[in-house]
Amino acid sequence: MTASSLAPETASAAHRVRSDVPFVVCLCLLGSVYLLLIVAMLLADLSFTTVGSFLAALRSPEIRYAIRLSLISCSMTALLSLWIAVPIGYLMSRYSFRGKAIVDAALDIPIVLPPLVIGLSLLILFRTAAGRFVEWFIPVTYAVPGIILAQWMVACAFAVRTMRTTFDQISPRQEQVALTLGCSQSQAFWQIVLPQTRRGILAAGTLAWARALGEFGPILIFSGATRMRTEVMPTSVFLELSVGNIEAAVAVSLLMVIAAVAVLLLVRIFGQTEPLKANQV
Amino acid sequence: MIALEDVTVRAGTFSLRGISLEIPKGHYGVLMGRTACGKTTILETLCGLKPARAGRILLDGRDATHLKAAERGIGYVPQDGALFSTMTVRRHLAFALEIRKAPQETIQARVAELAELLGIERILDRKPPGLSGGEQQRVALGRALSARPGILCLDEPLGCLDEETHDEVCELLKRVCREVAVTTLHVTHSMSEARKLADRIFRIENGTITRVTG
Repeated sequence: MTASSLAPETASAAHRVRSDVPFVVCLCLLGSVYLLLIVAMLLADLSFTTVGSFLAALRSPEIRYAIRLSLISCSMTALLSLWIAVPIGYLMSRYSFRGKAIVDAALDIPIVLPPLVIGLSLLILFRTAAGRFVEWFIPVTYAVPGIILAQWMVACAFAVRTMRTTFDQISPRQEQVALTLGCSQSQAFWQIVLPQTRRGILAAGTLAWARALGEFGPILIFSGATRMRTEVMPTSVFLELSVGNIEAAVAVSLLMVIAAVAVLLLVRIFGQTEPLKANQV
Repeated sequence: MIALEDVTVRAGTFSLRGISLEIPKGHYGVLMGRTACGKTTILETLCGLKPARAGRILLDGRDATHLKAAERGIGYVPQDGALFSTMTVRRHLAFALEIRKAPQETIQARVAELAELLGIERILDRKPPGLSGGEQQRVALGRALSARPGILCLDEPLGCLDEETHDEVCELLKRVCREVAVTTLHVTHSMSEARKLADRIFRIENGTITRVTG
């Protein structure tokens, strides 16, 4: 090869790049399969019910009770999850200690454990002396507090993950500056870090809420499926299906879809308005 | 006065041992060295953000080796400014005084004084996301000076600025540090910056600090 054959003009003239269209088309085709399946699933649900049977299902006192209990228990679960997820997320993000990897793995256990196993484990826990002692004061097993506990066991793990990621994304440099300005660690946390986590807290709270809404396995094992007592929306779907009342099961399912979409929209709307506000100031 | 006496610090995977330097009261010291040689770690140790494993740190004559960062009376400006993203510029300037529970009139007077000194009166009600690099460094400097610290630590404060802003902020640093008579330690890798600003230049090389001039 001679030096002249390496001249820039010759090299660029010889190099031809293939069209990007096939690549983008492949991406779109593969992505659309999943998206179409989601839409088809929801449309199938809609086609299976009529407005009349939907409203009839909503008039049933059992289903009304289940909706009310779901809304209350999910909101309690979301608040309790945040109460725990914020301190754990901050600790895991900012501090190094011996055994941190083990603690980190342990916090993921509720995410990877089969839901039924969580329910069974809770049931066994409340058969021990410590569990019976707690039940002496407040009934948990096969009662409403048990529903919240079963939902919280799983939902909190997701909230912890979200809060940890949120704190990881905030540079610890700002807290360090705050310390040199005269702050204690707690002042730096409350005044500098926490105000920046509003979006993360909203995301963690809604994720915990949505996760709790769909929780079924642990509730069935730990709290049972007694109508007008420990019946939440997924329990209603299960009970209606088991007696062959598919219209009512689909109606409750659609309500859960609407709640999930509403939560998703809420996160998107809040997620988009905050950075805009920051730029407008 | 800043004095490090035979200090040992841990910088990432290596340790710096036997570090000593002294900057007399009201002087401007510049510590130079290559990237990742431990300059920032020395500054963080001085500010109380990292522990000194051995030796003594004296600040204005008192032993500050084991004092918390909040008790050392040091104003700290990190390289990226690290402004508080949810606060206005006004609150940045007031923050250290609010933490000390100073009276409102004192805070307002100090904010006005600093805003004039640093030329940031027009941006007092803005938040960090909309500020230019030069404005951010001015705010970071004002925030560090607001509680009238005796000592100022600057970690490559001109590193992220374009050439024009660099010269402007460099002049500002020179003027402000003289006017408020604060003892300054400025960390950089730029010789030209050191020549423009320093009364005393130190170089860190192979884990030891040598005094170059001043």
